[in-house]
Amino acid sequence: MVKYETIIGLEVHIHLKTESKLFCGCSTEFGAAPNTHACPVCTGMPGILPVVNKKAVEYTIKSALALNCEVASRSIFARKNYFYPDLPKNYQISQYEEPLAQNGYLEIGTGSERKRVGITRINLEEDAGKLLHYIGSREIDGSLVDFNRCGVPLLEIVSSPDITSPEEAYTYLTTLKNIIRYLEVSDCDMEKGSLRCDANVSVRLAGKKKLGVKAEVKNMNSFRAIQKALEYEVKRQIKALESEERIIQETRLWDEKKERTYPMRSKEEAHDYRYFPEPDLVPLIVEKEWIENIRKTISELPDRRRERFIKEYKLSEYNAGVLTAEKALANYFEKVVKLYNNPKVVTNWVMVELLGRLNAVNKEVEESPVSPGQLAELLKLMEKGTISGKIAKTVFEEMFNSGKNPQVIVKEKKLVQITDEKEIGKIVEEVLKENPDAVEEYGKGKEKTIGHLVGQVMRKTQGKANPQLVNKILKEKLLKK
Amino acid sequence: MITKEEVEYVARLARLKLTKDEKEKYTKQLADILKYINKLNELDTEKVEPTSHVLRLSNVFREDKVRPSLKQEEILANAPQVESSHFKVKKVIE
Repeated sequence: MVKYETIIGLEVHIHLKTESKLFCGCSTEFGAAPNTHACPVCTGMPGILPVVNKKAVEYTIKSALALNCEVASRSIFARKNYFYPDLPKNYQISQYEEPLAQNGYLEIGTGSERKRVGITRINLEEDAGKLLHYIGSREIDGSLVDFNRCGVPLLEIVSSPDITSPEEAYTYLTTLKNIIRYLEVSDCDMEKGSLRCDANVSVRLAGKKKLGVKAEVKNMNSFRAIQKALEYEVKRQIKALESEERIIQETRLWDEKKERTYPMRSKEEAHDYRYFPEPDLVPLIVEKEWIENIRKTISELPDRRRERFIKEYKLSEYNAGVLTAEKALANYFEKVVKLYNNPKVVTNWVMVELLGRLNAVNKEVEESPVSPGQLAELLKLMEKGTISGKIAKTVFEEMFNSGKNPQVIVKEKKLVQITDEKEIGKIVEEVLKENPDAVEEYGKGKEKTIGHLVGQVMRKTQGKANPQLVNKILKEKLLKK
Repeated sequence: MITKEEVEYVARLARLKLTKDEKEKYTKQLADILKYINKLNELDTEKVEPTSHVLRLSNVFREDKVRPSLKQEEILANAPQVESSHFKVKKVIE
């Protein structure tokens, strides 16, 4: 059987979370009314001069360090020339010959799947405006341009062609996103366009040295879509190779609905960007001291935090991975553990109850109505036996909906656990009287029926009876029958 | 040194429509300019750093502070056509 190798390289664009644009003071706020964050500089009026936003440079260096790149001691901006209505200057200020960072890598996967994907280069550049071809479902007889996004700082992270499967591309993107979010330099929100990704993909016969002809795939709006688009493209290219068709180098667009790629219709024109050094901007000189100061602002990254969670809290690799993917979630977890030192229980509550409910209402950890302190209080109430584990879940739901403290809810709803043996004994007697059949079956050795009886007791107490006591008392009383 | 095809190509990239006469004229002019510039190659620049900027300046920054933008109506005053507060241009297919 013929085996093919897939080779993928990814180009990721990330909006930096600065307050103002890269070369002017316009706001970068997302979702503002169209064309309200535009000025002469970002719309390319005659006579303008761009001035670099220092924070954008610092965020770039911070990202470069986290991605193990060499930060250039000297770097320059370049003009990339092309005509398109989303770019009023008719050139994009980008980097070409001397980018801010090069030669890094990202470690992805775990265990035996662990591998390094090279980062070829990181450029700092400005974004273009946004084009609109539809208003709602109505197609416009032209294209509409909003310049709010024009000039927003953009990090371009170019990977080496080291990715060998669409699934690996997905892992690379997730890992990259987690790191960048940890650095707090971008939200990496694909829905808001603060992360975009183009993929270069080619296939070749296994063992061949020469790369196959690649296609550039665009227009994917989620990590899953990128994976699917790549899977489709790999299949398409293999099929073409097997039928000895010629694969041409082209740009293809992903169609989410039809789940296929198709060649981009474009006017016959060469992509000749005629890069040249941007004469309006002076070089960037990055001293060692500046780099070291920025390095100090990088806190523990997801990989290392995951390893620490496994060691320090004895978590499974999977659980540690989920808990450390997002910085805010990892912080939440650690805050709870600090107040209630039982990592195993906290893991369960955070992963099942908290994440489950947050996902259901589409909220981030930062927006959790239940604070780490409140969750710790709840777990303490459970440990003390004030409430049962089952009731604790009810209380948590109430805390999540109302934001109230657990003690208040337990008091208000009279949810304190019944641990009085006499009181439980009375209820058990009632249940036994009402269920003579079950009692008889138990007598005949059908021990499973006890579950049914426990259930009855719990129902009568609205779940408040201590389950261990109910079990114990039931068994005692049944033996006497 | 420079062909008419190259002039046509560069003109196309710059969205310039040239007449036949202009093409010939510019082919000659551009050839002269390139020849002149090429004189620089006679210099030994082995030990000279490439110049990316004529000023001996570096690291000119601004702080990350938001400053007022133009008003929407001001920026749209330059639009050839306006629809729903956007610049309206000829349809471009993505």
